Amino acid sequence: MSAGVGVDLENLWIRFGDFVAVRDANVNIKGGDFFSFLGPSGCGKTTILRAVSGFLEPSEGNVLIGGNNMKGIGPNKRPTALIFQNLALFPLMKVWENITFSMEIAGASARDRRKRADELLDMIALSGQGDKLPSELSGGQRQRVAIARALCAEPDVLLLDEPLSALDLKLRQHMRTELREIQKRVGITFIYITHDQGEALTMSDDIAVMRAGVIDQIGDGKAIYNDPATAFAASFVGENNVFRGKVSKLSGNEALISTNRSGDLLARISTANHGKLKVGDDAMMFIRPEALSLATSGSTGDNFVTAKVTHEEFEGNTFNIFTEGDGGKEIKVSIPNLGQSFDDHTGQPITLEYEASNAVVVPAGELANE
Amino acid sequence: MPGFLKEYYKRNGTMMGSVMLGLVLFWTVGLIILPQLSMLDFSFRPNLPPPEIGGPKDIYTLENYKYLIFGPEGGGQDYNAVDLAVFYRTLVAAIFVTLFNLLLCYPIAYYLGQNKGNHIRIFALMLIIPYWINEILRAFALRIIFGETGVLNTLLVGTGIFDTPFDFIRNDIALYAGLGYAYILLMIFPIYNVIESLDHNQIEAARDLGAPWWRIHWRVVIPYAKPGISSGCTMVFMLSAGALAAPQILGGPSSLWFTQLIYQQFNDNSDWPQGAAYAIVLLVTCILLVLAVMRLFKVNMGDIGK
Ligand SMILES: Nc1ncnc2c1ncn2[C@@H]1O[C@H](COP(=O)(O)OP(=O)(O)OP(=O)(O)O)[C@@H](O)[C@H]1O
Ligand SMILES: [Mg+2]
Repeated sequence: MSAGVGVDLENLWIRFGDFVAVRDANVNIKGGDFFSFLGPSGCGKTTILRAVSGFLEPSEGNVLIGGNNMKGIGPNKRPTALIFQNLALFPLMKVWENITFSMEIAGASARDRRKRADELLDMIALSGQGDKLPSELSGGQRQRVAIARALCAEPDVLLLDEPLSALDLKLRQHMRTELREIQKRVGITFIYITHDQGEALTMSDDIAVMRAGVIDQIGDGKAIYNDPATAFAASFVGENNVFRGKVSKLSGNEALISTNRSGDLLARISTANHGKLKVGDDAMMFIRPEALSLATSGSTGDNFVTAKVTHEEFEGNTFNIFTEGDGGKEIKVSIPNLGQSFDDHTGQPITLEYEASNAVVVPAGELANE
Repeated sequence: MPGFLKEYYKRNGTMMGSVMLGLVLFWTVGLIILPQLSMLDFSFRPNLPPPEIGGPKDIYTLENYKYLIFGPEGGGQDYNAVDLAVFYRTLVAAIFVTLFNLLLCYPIAYYLGQNKGNHIRIFALMLIIPYWINEILRAFALRIIFGETGVLNTLLVGTGIFDTPFDFIRNDIALYAGLGYAYILLMIFPIYNVIESLDHNQIEAARDLGAPWWRIHWRVVIPYAKPGISSGCTMVFMLSAGALAAPQILGGPSSLWFTQLIYQQFNDNSDWPQGAAYAIVLLVTCILLVLAVMRLFKVNMGDIGK
């Protein structure tokens, strides 16, 4: 299988009047990768995708596909195919005509188109449904037709704009696996847009986390989840507990954070911030709910937190304990349910314990959905 | 009583329901169907002075229809060449006006339908305002532009493009312009209406899949707009073929419109049966032509109302 065609964004700026939709984006997407842009609504994801597909000229900077600068090349001439958020299938054309529209434009004979349509229909498990109209298919089937239509154009890069957002949860999870399998089979570069971190983590080789036009971090799922570069990335991807404080001591890549309520806490500085934090800086420390546990002995120290329990809940696979936290936000603790007995702690102070390597420090910054 | 009527009366009450039903029936039957039927009846009777109406001479006859095809009896010709030529020319000209209008209005309707914002509303208003002015005034205004000493000729001769004034009226250019102009809105609005509901992503999807602009229109926009195009074309064709004021005012002296012949029969010759026969031939021919074209382009009657 070929290595695939990469996509590079170089110092990309996109403005609408005074409004900056994308600010100095630099991204290198390797050929054959499944790459996701992950960010909340309105952060500029679609705008970036439209710049790659050619519907939008960047205000500054370059889009390179396979190393070639795409400046001045229209969307019908780029080696990309875009799957729209609402699919945009042609309602008056039959399914097979929809799928082979790009071949029709290229002047292929009806026989060749029919043959190719049948191959693609087999691939998306819709054999024999080519003569239906899109309106006669279910949501998931339409989804797959849109993918087949884009793949039929034999693009080097497939661009997908939240293609699963209209589907219900079950189907969405099923289509995740299917999309990933299709991508492995055809071996071309996929650029995927989503505001759903679960989707991004499960499908992607690499992820770019976006916030209000700025790319905060680029890395694989593990790096994004375990080693966030900014407070936004830490709070947007997965559940996270935040502790605000000041750096009181640095040793190597560990920092001691002094907080008002919880005292001094020890944590690892995230890789992107090595050498950037100084004593006295405002900082934020993040610990995942699953990285906290009930302390076995009543010890205190710089990896213990004592707090009063506000409420508890049983979620099936976990017991969740919520305690008062720093800065008004609750601290959530998830304890795996292994069939053990579980006491009610509501209203009592408890001591929580964590490994310093599971807590990560970044400079203080904007949190997601604040 | 059939179910839908019962349902209708239950919803509107006996009193209100009867009044509304009565008005609708009066409108369709009393004002449209009955007068047309009496016209149809007229067209099959001889033209008699009032005392003889209902007398022994008042019998059904095909006389009036024969007249259109063969001319007056003993007139020395095989066919009524003059009237048939006018009939034929009227239909061809109406088709031409319709096609010309379609070519002109489709891009405008597309632009209005696929763009948003204040300037679109201003455009639409600018299209509507000329219709505040009545038909006759509009037609005479066009004479001012197209007349021998009119604005256009003054300009063309003044700038030296033409040596002598061009007779726009004798060459029917003023007539086509007048008819085209009169029905622009009837073409634009139905097309605009459907194109406005076309998802812009479909156009972008086609473009993304490699289609140049004309193929996007051919394969995506026009098929979608077909119901609007056919209602627009039907209205413009029917109204052009049946127009009277514009041909009267803007037509050249030699080129009669078929409606003018009908008018002459009714008015100048006081020959109602003959006029009715001519009018019915025009009506039936137009309907058949529209149905044939709809068949050819696979348009359903139901789509037209969209
Ligand atoms: N044509 C435009 N003119 C002006 N502003 C625009 C235009 N297109 C997008 N924007 C603005 O740019 C920002 C980013 O828009 P974009 O569509 O890229 O968001 P997104 O990340 O795709 O969001 P969502 O997840 O809701 O689709 C938004 O604030 C939007 O209002
Ligand atoms: Mg978007």
